[in-house]
Amino acid sequence: MKSWIIGGLIAATGMAAAGLVIGSQYERDDDEHGGRAGNGQRLFSRQDIAPVQNALYRDECGSCHFAYQPGLLPAASWRKLMDNLSDHFGDNAELAPDTAAQLRNYLDTHAADRVNTGRSPGIARSLRGEVPLRITETFYFRRQHDEISGRAVAENPEVVSFSRCDACHTGAAGGSYDEHEVSIPGWGRREN
Amino acid sequence: MMKLPVFVTILLAGTASPGLQADAVTEVQNLYRAQGAGPFHFDRGERLWNSRLYQDRGCTDCHGTDLKQPGQHLRTKKAIEPMAPSVVHSRYTDPARVEKWFGRNCKWTWGRDCTAQEKGDLLEYLKRL
Repeated sequence: MKSWIIGGLIAATGMAAAGLVIGSQYERDDDEHGGRAGNGQRLFSRQDIAPVQNALYRDECGSCHFAYQPGLLPAASWRKLMDNLSDHFGDNAELAPDTAAQLRNYLDTHAADRVNTGRSPGIARSLRGEVPLRITETFYFRRQHDEISGRAVAENPEVVSFSRCDACHTGAAGGSYDEHEVSIPGWGRREN
Repeated sequence: MMKLPVFVTILLAGTASPGLQADAVTEVQNLYRAQGAGPFHFDRGERLWNSRLYQDRGCTDCHGTDLKQPGQHLRTKKAIEPMAPSVVHSRYTDPARVEKWFGRNCKWTWGRDCTAQEKGDLLEYLKRL
């Protein structure tokens, strides 16, 4: 009967949703988001990635490296990573079975494709089915860092690697990756 | 009444006295004694600590040479708490934690598990620092 009206509504809703998605991607691309005063200072804080709230995760994973927020990789990546802790990027990071099970559950429920906050959905979308083990290999990450020279990171003894988020992102531990909070050691703040 | 010893242990573990920390290490060593290892020797532990048995890897790569100072993870550069029991209170109070790190780090450093004797000797060296 009036199915064409309903069909039209669904189509319109779909287009509006797509528009929102595209809009938010553009917003992420130029990284100008959140309220700011004229001097570039943030007016309110904004979480790019939901911060780590799990003490077990922070302790077990964070004792050797920055405790990457689960929202930086999709659930499939975390599963693959947890399946091979005996060779964790060259290190042995084996855990007791009960500890591993708890962390698997935490990662699975907070992964980039399981949450709807901040940059996580954008990261998940950008993968197009890939299951990267390294955050630095994601298309999203590479796009966001393509203007950073190797000299500022790999050849910078105070940074050494892109994997050390908190070496430059001063708000990384709290889940903030706003480029205005970037301070590369020995290079100073990013020019705005 | 059953809770009292646990409470006292926690109180003692919270203090910085080297003697009491050494006691915590001795308790871990007792687990290795129960597995048939011992007696443990400082000199053997020191030699093991400074040995390079596999791919030129050693304990000092990450823990440094002054064990009262923080170390640094070889690749991630993350700070590692000092190994000396007299400096770090919490390192040796949980045997499961000690076992976890022996498990991971023996495999990375020596390419195999450490024996109960080696772990006991290493602790004998570390606990006097």
